[in-house]
Amino acid sequence: MSATGIGARVRRVEDQRFITGRGQYTDDIHRPYETRAYFVRSPHAHATIKSIDKRKAEKMPGVLAVLTGEDVAADKLGDLFCGWMVLSKDGSPMKAGSHPALAKGKVRYVGDHVAVVIAETLDQAKNATAEVKVDYGVLPAVADLRKARDPKAAQIHDNAPKNTVYEWVLGDQAAVDAAFAQAKHVTRLEMVNNRLIPNAIEPRAAIGEYEPGTDTYTLWSTSQNPHVLRLGLSAFIGLCPEHKFRVISPDVGGGFGSKIFIYPEETVCIWASKKVGRPVRWTAERSESFQADAHGRDHVTTGELALDANGKMLALRVKTLANLGGYLSTFSSAVPTFLYAPLLSGQYAIPAIVCEVDGVYTNTAPVDAYRGAGRPEACFVIERLVEVAARELNMDPAELRRRNFVTQFPYQTPVASLYDAGDYKASLEKAIQIADYKNFGRRRQESERRGKLRGVGFSAYIEACGVAPSNLVGQLGAGVGLWESAEISVTPTGMVEVLTGSHSHGQSHETTFAQLVSDRLGIPMNHISVVHGDTDKVQFGMGTYGSRSGPVGMSAIVVAVDKVIAKAKKVAAHILEAAEADIEFKDGKFTVVGTDKSAAFGEIALAAYVAHKFPTAEIEPGLKEHAFYDPTNFTFPAGTHICEVEIDPQTGVTEIANWVAVDDFGTVINPMVVEGQVHGGIAQGVGQALLEGCVYDDSGQLVTGSYMDYTMPRADNLPSFKVDYTTTKCPSNPLGMKGCGEAGAIAAPVALINAITNAVGHEDVPMPATSKAVWHALQKTERRKAAE
Amino acid sequence: MHTFAYHRPANTRQAAALLAKKETKALAGGQTLLPALKLRLTSVDNVVDLGGIKGLDAIQAKGRNLVVGAMARHAQVATSPVVKKALPALAALAEQIGDPHVRNAGTLGGSIANNDPSADYPAACLGLGATIVTNKRKIPADRFFKGLFETALGRGEIILQVVFPLPKCAAYMKFPNPASRFALVGVFVADFGKEVRVAVTGAGEDGVFRAKDMEAALKKKFTAASLDGIKVPTRGIMSDIHADAAYRAHLVGVMAKRAVAAAGG
Ligand SMILES: Cc1cc2nc3c(=O)[nH]c(=O)nc-3n(C[C@H](O)[C@H](O)[C@H](O)COP(=O)(O)OP(=O)(O)OC[C@H]3O[C@@H](n4cnc5c(N)ncnc54)[C@H](O)[C@@H]3O)c2cc1C
Repeated sequence: MSATGIGARVRRVEDQRFITGRGQYTDDIHRPYETRAYFVRSPHAHATIKSIDKRKAEKMPGVLAVLTGEDVAADKLGDLFCGWMVLSKDGSPMKAGSHPALAKGKVRYVGDHVAVVIAETLDQAKNATAEVKVDYGVLPAVADLRKARDPKAAQIHDNAPKNTVYEWVLGDQAAVDAAFAQAKHVTRLEMVNNRLIPNAIEPRAAIGEYEPGTDTYTLWSTSQNPHVLRLGLSAFIGLCPEHKFRVISPDVGGGFGSKIFIYPEETVCIWASKKVGRPVRWTAERSESFQADAHGRDHVTTGELALDANGKMLALRVKTLANLGGYLSTFSSAVPTFLYAPLLSGQYAIPAIVCEVDGVYTNTAPVDAYRGAGRPEACFVIERLVEVAARELNMDPAELRRRNFVTQFPYQTPVASLYDAGDYKASLEKAIQIADYKNFGRRRQESERRGKLRGVGFSAYIEACGVAPSNLVGQLGAGVGLWESAEISVTPTGMVEVLTGSHSHGQSHETTFAQLVSDRLGIPMNHISVVHGDTDKVQFGMGTYGSRSGPVGMSAIVVAVDKVIAKAKKVAAHILEAAEADIEFKDGKFTVVGTDKSAAFGEIALAAYVAHKFPTAEIEPGLKEHAFYDPTNFTFPAGTHICEVEIDPQTGVTEIANWVAVDDFGTVINPMVVEGQVHGGIAQGVGQALLEGCVYDDSGQLVTGSYMDYTMPRADNLPSFKVDYTTTKCPSNPLGMKGCGEAGAIAAPVALINAITNAVGHEDVPMPATSKAVWHALQKTERRKAAE
Repeated sequence: MHTFAYHRPANTRQAAALLAKKETKALAGGQTLLPALKLRLTSVDNVVDLGGIKGLDAIQAKGRNLVVGAMARHAQVATSPVVKKALPALAALAEQIGDPHVRNAGTLGGSIANNDPSADYPAACLGLGATIVTNKRKIPADRFFKGLFETALGRGEIILQVVFPLPKCAAYMKFPNPASRFALVGVFVADFGKEVRVAVTGAGEDGVFRAKDMEAALKKKFTAASLDGIKVPTRGIMSDIHADAAYRAHLVGVMAKRAVAAAGG
């Protein structure tokens, strides 16, 4: 391995500019004659808009325009859309309600977009929004998903009776029922997967600019997938033809899923820029992010696991109610269905599984993909059930897992996933060893001597990344294919530009992609630049989410690099005066096999562009190749996390005493970057399990609307993680990579809840397990003891 | 933020004259006032910056008192050798307020004038029986804090300093709100020999209060065990998503014991 090759801990290329404040984020960009947009947002969770009087606002100083849903309709701007069709069990299509960029006739959550004021300055825009008089007819609201289908509950979209978007099922109900009838033991749990607010460090932002001279639009946006944003705004919302529209996602400060989607704000900025004839900019204030970024999770689930007398799993039955919010966001429908149920088999050979999911509307912000997207919820269900089953059967939770692991690959689960490779026992045993699991009892006694309660919890997670291939996702209802593109453009001096359809918003692509190309071409990393995030520079690509940039994005790069090498070999054959078959490429040099005749990569690049020494009728001049890579299967990262906690029974405060993560990500390009992803993922998982919980009150007001009430994980909530690996290569992509971006957030919550319930002595601990929740759970333990 | 006129008077008299006007507010560290203005939760016509008045941030030990100027920053109090020697519990309390940015800007005067029910300083003022000295009078802490965000201060009245009597021993124990890290419950205990004071912040529906049962028990014997069996009633205790009244009342007991133990009792 070279100092910068695959597997090397190369320092991040992008850090210099980020750490010194030289990043260029959307809000750092300023356009001549730009104006500011500020939105009038609904203060009500559910109301009709009887009328909007904007006359006074329009006359306020600095105001250029006040636009409402009427203007959106007059310009025939299409609705925001949900790009994944999910069918109900009866075959009927999901009930997608109308979602105009500015509300028309009705608002459906607090923060919904009622009007926009465009003014010279932000203060002027804000002053004027206060003067937009909206006459609301307040309606009863339903914020709690458990109440959404109550016949008396408010009806949110006319076309979705009982607020039901779909009633979906995957698996064989009859086989599951038969297996349950035979079961010796059934473990049953009610689980709430708490709702989260994403909180990327950079809030969403947009600048829309219309250029009348060329009749073209440019949108700077904090998008994770600029091409998809352009496609959506152009083809579905109908802003303008795609070739007249450029989308630029410059540096983006974190997304976690929340910046995948097409939102009203950027739609309005780009549309309004033509109306006012000037660039229109908007940057979310943090309170707007809390209200109107797509939230994550929010499931209520009943899970039942059937086992035989030896602890062999027989069947799994899962019924989930999923909150989709007030409107269907861009990929929302797929998250609690296709990204959830196919992972319910966990690492286990379970002969029969059925999962029913009912998706519902509520008067809350839209819910969509958030780091892990469906997979943390699935992992939580199966790993809680397994841990509790072990407790009920008086078995070591590790042993129950061992007895049920999938060991033969490929393995077809009853819920569509085809596991391709893995060694689940290897990661479990390694984690057990690093965690010194065998001495847990001693540590527990030691904690008890100090008046503390100690618990240990496992999470043997599996997840799926790089959702693919495209024809399969098409059959499942996706509106797009999920391949990725790359272009390798070699300059005459042998420098390399990598144009990728992936997008980096914290994932370190400028480092790891360059590392890959450096390794393959045998040229230094500083001869390589990675270009992404601009639809005028980069060929169409699908963007970054679902841990796909490694397994899919980098695979596309490999294919394109191989094409460059193949072409360069042809050129080299002429330069070195040898047969093409005799040219070998290694360590950045083309050599005639068995001779000392060779030429460096740069020399051949120059020769390709000079084009003096080969017949251009056979070989085109230049050196530039591209690839559109479509994988043959998902990838399946897996591993075991073990978490140990210590609880202060007087206060209910949980401290994480130890955290071990042993992950199998297949090939690792840069372990330092991967560990950063694992650390961040676990931190978010700890946030979900211990601290973060989005709360709406019964009237649909957002209670956790700021950092005064929404608890983000901080450094002092986290231990020093022990991260290690086991490796099985993924057979479905050329690098053997599986993806690592979400694993921590998927594995962590359930490890913590398993540890806390182990310490508390019963299973009735909600998530987030705040000190209040744990203290109350401990009161219950006391009452139970007293009753015995 | 709405526009306002900014004034920076050089002395208290000028400041008081400016503050006598309507829709006018004093500005100290700005850690409460500025966010409120930016979020348009408040609007004022005039802001009177107290930062130009010399000597308002002085910290001195005077006989059996510690005198802290209203403009003393939290970071100053936390690190002052004078405070650390005379009243280490106060330095430790200031150290736990907010983050470095907040501690380098926020002031004692601003904190107690604001009287946030979850703020830390009110517990020290009440727990030590401090005297709040204004440009008009001296107000004992027992009569200064008047409920949520309410104090005895009148219009144009400026806090100049706070006089803290020095106890035999004292300690502050804070259970931070997990989100805001203000006090979810904070208990300040001080043993003066002839008197023991216990002040609780973060918990009361009317703001900071004294726990008289605890004071009586501790006066008999200043030890954590004296608090065994004293159950804090839930009546008048705040309830929110972070802590219901039962949990908060329970935490008051736990933090009080820990404070007594930390004070050496
Ligand atoms: C992120 C953050 C975290 C925080 N965490 C904590 C915490 O953990 N614990 C805690 O206790 N506090 C916390 N605070 C509040 C902080 O301590 C503030 O400094 C304090 O509440 C106000 O002090 P200030 O000097 O900033 O006052 P300002 O904001 O300038 O003024 C506040 C109010 O007091 C009035 N005022 C100021 N000085 C005087 C005076 N001398 N006489 C009369 N009236 C006056 C002003 O007119 C205004 O109404 C936090 C604040 C922030 C922003």
